[in-house]
This record gives sequence, C-alpha cells and structure tokens, in this order.
Amino acid sequence: MAKTIRRLNEIPREEYFVSGHGLCAGCGIPPMVRIALKAVEGPKVVVNATGCLEVATTLYPHTAWTIPWIHNAFENAAATASGIEAAVKALVRKRGWKSYKVLVFGGDGGTFDIGLQSLSGALERGHRFIYVCYDNEAYMNTGIQRSGATPLGAATTTSPAGKVIPGKPENKKSLMDIVIAHRIPYAATINPAYPIDMWNKFAKASDYLDRGIGPIFFHYYSPCPVGWRMDSALSIEVARLAVQTRLWPLYEVDHGKLTINVKVPKPKPIEDYIRIQGRFRHLLKPENEHLLNNLKKFIEVNWERLQKLSELNYIF
Amino acid sequence: MSVTIRQVRTGLNGDEAVAYAVLHADVDVISAYPITPQTIIVERLSEFVHNGELDAEFIPVESEHSALSAALGASLAGARVFTATASQGLALMYEVLYITSSLRAPVVMAIGNRAFSAPINIHCSHDDAYAARDAGWIQFFAETVQEAYDLTIIAYRVSEDERVLLPSIVNLDGFILTHSVEPLHIFRDSKDVSEFLPQRRPVNPIDPDNPITYGPLALQNYYMEIKRQQAEAIYSSKKVINEVFEEYGEFSGRDYSPVKSLYTEDADTVFILLGSTAGTMRYMVKKWRREGRKVGVVSLTLYRPFPEEELIESVGDAENIIVMDRSFSYGSPGGQLYMDVAATFMKRGLNPHLVNVIYGLGGRDFTPEDAEKALEMASKTDVDIVWIGVRGDNYG
Repeated sequence: MAKTIRRLNEIPREEYFVSGHGLCAGCGIPPMVRIALKAVEGPKVVVNATGCLEVATTLYPHTAWTIPWIHNAFENAAATASGIEAAVKALVRKRGWKSYKVLVFGGDGGTFDIGLQSLSGALERGHRFIYVCYDNEAYMNTGIQRSGATPLGAATTTSPAGKVIPGKPENKKSLMDIVIAHRIPYAATINPAYPIDMWNKFAKASDYLDRGIGPIFFHYYSPCPVGWRMDSALSIEVARLAVQTRLWPLYEVDHGKLTINVKVPKPKPIEDYIRIQGRFRHLLKPENEHLLNNLKKFIEVNWERLQKLSELNYIF
Repeated sequence: MSVTIRQVRTGLNGDEAVAYAVLHADVDVISAYPITPQTIIVERLSEFVHNGELDAEFIPVESEHSALSAALGASLAGARVFTATASQGLALMYEVLYITSSLRAPVVMAIGNRAFSAPINIHCSHDDAYAARDAGWIQFFAETVQEAYDLTIIAYRVSEDERVLLPSIVNLDGFILTHSVEPLHIFRDSKDVSEFLPQRRPVNPIDPDNPITYGPLALQNYYMEIKRQQAEAIYSSKKVINEVFEEYGEFSGRDYSPVKSLYTEDADTVFILLGSTAGTMRYMVKKWRREGRKVGVVSLTLYRPFPEEELIESVGDAENIIVMDRSFSYGSPGGQLYMDVAATFMKRGLNPHLVNVIYGLGGRDFTPEDAEKALEMASKTDVDIVWIGVRGDNYG
C-alpha cells in the first residue's frame, strides 16, 4: 500500500524532480510534480506533452529528471503513454522484463485543446496510467494565449481586456466532466494549497495502478504568476482562494462515486480572488459588472450541481 | 546458394503478406488505425492477436497521429513495433515521422500507397511515400506481394541494427498490390524467421534503473550537431542494408539489391521508376528488345537512402533517361523522383536527356499503350514533363 499522510512533514525528502530547472518563481507546476513522483510508488517513467514543464526542465544537455522522461510532441502525450504502457505489458509477459508505472504531465493547451482527442482515445481504451493536466488556464509557455481552459473574462494576449470585448467571452471548458464521461475508475481535482489532499490522491492512484486499475486522471490547479499578472509570493494564496470561493472545488470521482473533498460552508467573495490577479482586474470596473455576475452564477450553479451529484450513490 | 529454411507456397494479397511478415517477425506492439487500403493488414493482425497466434499488444488507436505516437512510445520502451497507414493517414502523422527518426526509434511501418485528397481518391499514387521522403526514414518499395512480405522482415533487421537505429517504411502500391492476390513463398512461423531476425536487442530503452531524458529541448548550441549525426546515420545505413539484403538472399533464396535493372547494359533509353509498374515496364522492355529497340528499365527497391551509385552504375551510358513519377511536386522543376535522379546525374557531371513522365495518379491504369507513348516522348527535345493519359492534354 502506498503511504498516506496527515502532516506535511511525513513527505519523504528524497527528490526525483531536482533543482536546476527553469520554471518561474511561484510556478505551480513543481510542487505537484515533486509530490506526484514521491507519492506514486515504485519504478516509474514520465511522459510530458510540449509545454512549460517540458521546455523548462530539459534544456539539452541538462535535465531535471532523475527518472526516465519522454517528450514526443504537443498533442500526443496520452497516445505515447498508451504505447509505453502496452509495451511494458508485452515485454513483461514475453521477456520477463520489470514493470513500471507511467505518469503523464500535460498543460491545459496540451490537454483541453490540441491533446483532447489523444487523451479521449487513451481513456476509452483503458490504458493503466496516471494523466495529470497542470492547468494554468492559458498557453503560458508561448506567451499567455487563451485556451479552452481560460476562465470567463480573463485577459490573455489573444483575449485582451479591450474596449469592446473585455477579456475572454466564453466559459472555461469542463474537462473533468469530459473525463468522467469516459467512466474511468478514478478522476480527481488537486490543488497546491492542499498538498495533503493531493498526496493522498496520488497515493490512492498508485495503489490502483498496482492493482491494475486505470486510467487515472488528475486536474491540477497550477498558479502562473506571469500569466495571471500577480505577485509570485501569492501563488499558494490564490490557489487556496480558488477553493475557498468555490471556484475550484476539490472533488474526486472514485469508481462512479463523486465526493467533495474540501467542504466550503462559508465561501469567500470571488472579488477577493480576482482582485489580486491582473488578468481579472477589469472585471471590477462598473461597466463589466455583468461579467462578474456571470462568473458568480457559474460558480453557484457548478457548486450546487456537484453537491447534488455527491448525494447520489453513483453518478455512473 | 543453399536455402535451409523450409517455406510454404501460398496465395495472399499484399496486405495479408505484410500481416504475415509482421506475425513472423514476432512483434510486441501494434498500433494502427483503419484506413483504406491498408485496413486488411490491421484486420489480419487483430485476428492473429485475438486468436492467440501472435503474442502482442494491439492498440486500436483513434487516429494515425496517435498510431505513430504510440508506436514511438512502445519502440522507446524496447518493444518491436509495427504500424501501417496510407495517404491522409500519413499526412496526419507527418509531425511524428520526424520525431520517430530523430529519436532513433526503429519502428517499421507499411504504407499502402494512395493519392492525397482533394479530390478524395482511395487509389494508388506515391504522394504519401514522397511526403515522407525528407523525414529521415529508410524507405523500401515493393514491386510484388512477395517483395512486400520479404521487405517487411528485412526492414526490421535493418532498422533495429545498432549501426542504424532508424525507422523504416515498406511501400506497396495501394490496391494494385494491397488487394491483389499473388503467389508467394512465406516462412512457416516466427521461430523459423528468428534465425534471420532474432529478438530485438534495444539500445538504451526506457529503464527506471538507467534513467534517460528522451526528446529534450535542444537549441542553437546543440540542434545542428544532432541533425548532422542523423544525416550521417541514414547515409551509412546503406552498408547495413546491402549486408542484410545479402544475408536474406542466403536465408530465403530470394535476392534483393537497392536497384533492379533489366537490359540496361547497352540501352540508349532507360526508364527509372518505383513500385508495381516495374512489372509492366519489364514486359514492355522485353517487347521493345524483340523489336530491336535498345530500351532498359531500372526500378528502385531502396528509395531512401537514395541509391545514387547503384543507379548511375545500372543506367550505364544511356542517352535518354525517362523518370516515371506516380505523384507530382507542384511548382517544382519536376516530379519527386525526377529531381532525385537529375541531382544524382548532375553531381557527377553527367548530362543525359531527362524526361519526366507523370502517370497513374489516383490509380489510373498505366497500359502498354501508355508505355509506348512514354517512350515516344524520350526522342522529343522540347518536352521535359509529360503527363501520360490525360484527356485534353496535347502530349497525352
């Protein structure tokens, strides 16, 4: 059984993702990767879609990875992982090779948008791997362009807060709903302000893979101080506010049972969340009040929906 | 030559022959998406796996892009891997073609050669093979169903050789070979074939005990050295290809070489082409010889690396060279093979009269009458590119 924890100091010190990489100060990606590689037990390899994590950690001839790491292209991380997982099965069976686990990291661009087909195919085929989408809500590596994960109203370089169109007019795509529609055994949201919850979800995923249960999907809230135009010291603060405003519910769907992992009885006002981020600041102008109201409505409806789903014995 | 391995004479279409070659190569992972005309390959392989004849993982991917992506992942993991595609599918996997060769993954892929859309057309052209010509893959062209079978087995030996470590494509003309039943000899099983093609011994496979970073970012300070090594790798693969051809000849009793030529020694006119039409041209060349015309034909079994020396040697002193392209490179000085041949002669200071014949696009028949027309063109000096059999075309 993989180790579960109740306190942060129970996390082992040995690192598999090491210093020397070029990710930005305050970037949300490294804490998740470090926890994932520690909590998922045994030999493992990482498949990485093109994106921030990939370019910032493997500038040849350097690498920040002490375990095997594979980058193929932008949209095919799930397909590449499918091939590795299948090869491991065949080589273990035919030649007695040692087995290992496959973890995939892809950004929101590589998962919500260009890699969605590849992910869907792999989920449908039932490959035993863990896929983590680190969602920083835009194409950050290429200069903060909007993606299907960019929230309503957010300003990016391709959805600027203009005089006529104030930020992104469309809602964020609900990737979790798409993933859950594949009826995979385990899917959960994770957040860097809740590292114990995150650790224990990865530990559960590790046990599931050991029992041949997969695929497993995690949707990770990944703060981006550069793209969100905020103080890099506020990354964990903003991540906590995302949960405490009910904007980013922490929940899991385990074999069809939906559970909200962090209850938020008294949600904080969404204004607290958007005030500290330059990408949202225009939403506080009086003329954009309707957008703010739409965002509030979205949060309310989504929370209520998850509440109701969590009351069911099974959602699939 | 002594052939020690017993073979079975049977009748198969080109797709089935490739599927049997993959079965006999004892592959570990197959990832493929159905697309006409290679679909039968995938169907047969599924049957082999589902009936327990082939111990492999079959990944029924959701696109060709994923087919090659999964194949690459499996190949890096150390598995012997197969995929197949055609036309649009090849176009969709284009990005991953380069990544596969650059990561030096010895994937073997069959292409049931087929025309690119639009208009959509499911029949034979060499558009897909040509589209992959710059991607760093070794490319073979089969003329017959027998060759499709043999070259698939040969491709694994070449690709997985630690002096090569490059992916290979085996081209077979869509429908003309993929769907035509021809008599051929095949081996009895993978055990017999293993004497020629033993289990893959991967170089630096994915291994948690020996972690490697595959596919990193390499910028201005390293990219060019990596690409230079890749160029060297495919050029120097020809030595290995020739060795493997020779060894396969001893093993199977069937001889292979980078180019096949007929009646070229004293020819004044030589046709150069790829694929199944070589059979038609050999028939024609024999006919022309009986009529006293000094015509020869050269077909390329190896297309990449381009067999420059072998081609020059086999063409000899012919004054007229007719290069036949089953595709066209729009806006270019000529068809794709024509440009390769022209450069090959030019590099050596040779200057024969070169004519480019464009034929058979989208599966259009290339008949003996068309061959006669093509030969006529060789004597004209005001023509460099001729589209054969096109309605409303002065030269057709």
